[in-house]
Amino acid sequence: MSNKIYITGIGMISAIGNNVAESLASLENLKSGIGTLENVRSRHKDYVPVGEVKSTNEQLTAMAGLTPDKQSTRTALLGLIAAQEAVKSSGIKNIKEFKTGIISATSVGGMGMTENLWMDYLDTTKSGDWLKYIEAHECGDSTEFIADNLGVKDYLSTISTACSSSANSIMFGARLIKHGILDRVIVGGTDSMSRFTINGFMTLMILDKEPCKPFDANRQGLNLGEGAGFIVIESEKAAQGKEILAELSGYGNSNDAYHQTASSPDGAGAFMAMEKAFKVSGLKPSDIDYINAHGTGTAINDMSEGTAIDRLFNKNVPSISSTKAYTGHTLGACAAIEAVFSVLAIKNNEIFPNLNYKTPMPELSFKPTTTLEKGKKINHVLSNSFGFGGNTSALIFSRHKAS
Amino acid sequence: MEGYINGIGIISPQKTFDTPDFLSEVVEHNSKALYSIEPSYKEFLNPNLARRMARIIKMSIAASTICFRDAKVEMPDAIMTGTALGCLEDTEKFLWAIIHDDEQFLTPTSFIQSTHNTVSAQIALQLKCMNYNFTYVHKGFSFESAVLDALMTLAEGEAKNILIGGHDEMTDKYYRVCDRIGYFKQETVPTMELINRKTNGSIGGEGAAFFVLSKDKSETSYAKLRGIKTIYKPENNQEIENKINELLASNGLTAKDIDVVVYGNNGDARFDKTYTHLQDNLLKDSTSTYFKHLCGEYQTAGSFGMWVAAKIIKTQTIPSAILIGDNKSKSIKNVLIYNTFLDVDHSVYLLSQC
Repeated sequence: MSNKIYITGIGMISAIGNNVAESLASLENLKSGIGTLENVRSRHKDYVPVGEVKSTNEQLTAMAGLTPDKQSTRTALLGLIAAQEAVKSSGIKNIKEFKTGIISATSVGGMGMTENLWMDYLDTTKSGDWLKYIEAHECGDSTEFIADNLGVKDYLSTISTACSSSANSIMFGARLIKHGILDRVIVGGTDSMSRFTINGFMTLMILDKEPCKPFDANRQGLNLGEGAGFIVIESEKAAQGKEILAELSGYGNSNDAYHQTASSPDGAGAFMAMEKAFKVSGLKPSDIDYINAHGTGTAINDMSEGTAIDRLFNKNVPSISSTKAYTGHTLGACAAIEAVFSVLAIKNNEIFPNLNYKTPMPELSFKPTTTLEKGKKINHVLSNSFGFGGNTSALIFSRHKAS
Repeated sequence: MEGYINGIGIISPQKTFDTPDFLSEVVEHNSKALYSIEPSYKEFLNPNLARRMARIIKMSIAASTICFRDAKVEMPDAIMTGTALGCLEDTEKFLWAIIHDDEQFLTPTSFIQSTHNTVSAQIALQLKCMNYNFTYVHKGFSFESAVLDALMTLAEGEAKNILIGGHDEMTDKYYRVCDRIGYFKQETVPTMELINRKTNGSIGGEGAAFFVLSKDKSETSYAKLRGIKTIYKPENNQEIENKINELLASNGLTAKDIDVVVYGNNGDARFDKTYTHLQDNLLKDSTSTYFKHLCGEYQTAGSFGMWVAAKIIKTQTIPSAILIGDNKSKSIKNVLIYNTFLDVDHSVYLLSQC
């Protein structure tokens, strides 16, 4: 049983870049990816800014190295691109060398395709090769598409716990290694933009008509985003001789059990998730150098999360920022994308700023970091992710001692 | 890794709640798609709340409540559910509204309830249960992932009682859409004839099955769950047999120790080959049973299979409605479940008498 969980590969795609290097450049240059919706047909496109990957499905197919006949849903393609990068970055030559699995996460699965084809599916007088997208609607389909293209076969699963989904896929993957069921797991999540989510969040009235302002007293809501993030986690045995980018040292999952969509004002679930993550890691709050907050920019989330953080850190909150103003809220992918950011923070000893922040929230003791902070040693990063249904998760990433 | 099945609550196309009976009488639907026999929800839910809830949410809350009562457990230490399709009815409703009204005049209720984690979230909300809460959504591995997670969680030592569940619903539109890609038979098949039908496709199904899996045996125990393995796109029968043998060996057993196998035969001529192979080879000495003629085919049907296996062990009976061939078993100690969804996602579970 491996007690250490080593991160040996990272990969991502989002509105701020098609890979890790482009994303890092955007983060360092304070370049947000929030803009106008282009790839989804919606009557709200001029009113709802989004963090969109500016490539068509055809372009994504080519980017993944696939011929046009192998095209799949946008969710699957984004996922494959990020997973391919993670595997490459991990230096894996032979995927079958160790017991390897994939745990992915998504909130909408193939909805981006279903919403365009639904009426045709129901009309039996119409037919075409697009009927193949019926099965691609299921969340697990994108995971199987990624697995098949990477040659992963030993274990597959998919998690959907709304906006905390990919924190849970990372956690589940780590536990599969600790139990000796797998040696190596490609963990993360993927979600694409869809009218379904845009309209869903509109009915909840939590979309900002301007670029989002996490933790600002005048925040008006979130911006939706799309993308995928994957990291390769390995047991000590499988990672032997490889460059270890960071360790996953803690994880915690809890449920707020307060309301189907809204977080509790005191962030009880968030508090419990973070507390559990600390317990697993053996660290204490004062060990944390940076918090990558969930920080969506909605009135309720930032209040609930901020209150829980203030309580857990006893108002001695370390450097903290939300990176949602860069990428938008990528739902099922956000925790994995932010896991990549957490690893980058440790690797490069830098803290990425919380864009668009001006006015402090009077209820909170802390102010987020608003400029790129470089030079301070980053040993431990806490990353939060919370979702509908009360699902709250927290992950702790740590510098590998030997590095 | 092991746990005791100490409580079950299941709502299915059979009469599986409010009765101690174990399939001595079968409800013959003789239909292309089977729908659950539902309880009156008044006993389980506030009517105002129930009115706004889709069928699958109500079925799941009722099934989980029955399960807790059966196990004499009030608060689980974790909740893990598996669902391939989440809450279809609400998803279809919101999708229809977006298309039909061109993204205008929408209300949030069906969107809120469409997310895949609605059921596990609603159960947590009703109980005010702040513990670990997961929803697995991987086709024919959805429920199986929840089972593995629960076994790992018990092995980690802190949890005593875990709620696991599998739920998926049939809808008229889902049936129509999946009928276009060969999921279902073109002819209506009488329930008891499904297994002998050599045509393509199966019958549609649905259900909500919940279990309390516990660290300790209790007066309510049905069986001990001793492990689960999943096999993705097996290349040949050897790979399947190897996985079964691995699961058995890790529990100190061989194929000869298996008294009964619960198979996922669904009458689809394309996918019978694995079941037939196992019935004729590795597991030929065990009594063969099947269940999908009773609940229909759906991604989380393995949860119905787990109910069948647990009941066989607890009652030490094999109803004739589920027998394939002869009953070769006198006493029933070890039961395997072997199931596949579309020959892509395969799974095998081991249960024993406790």
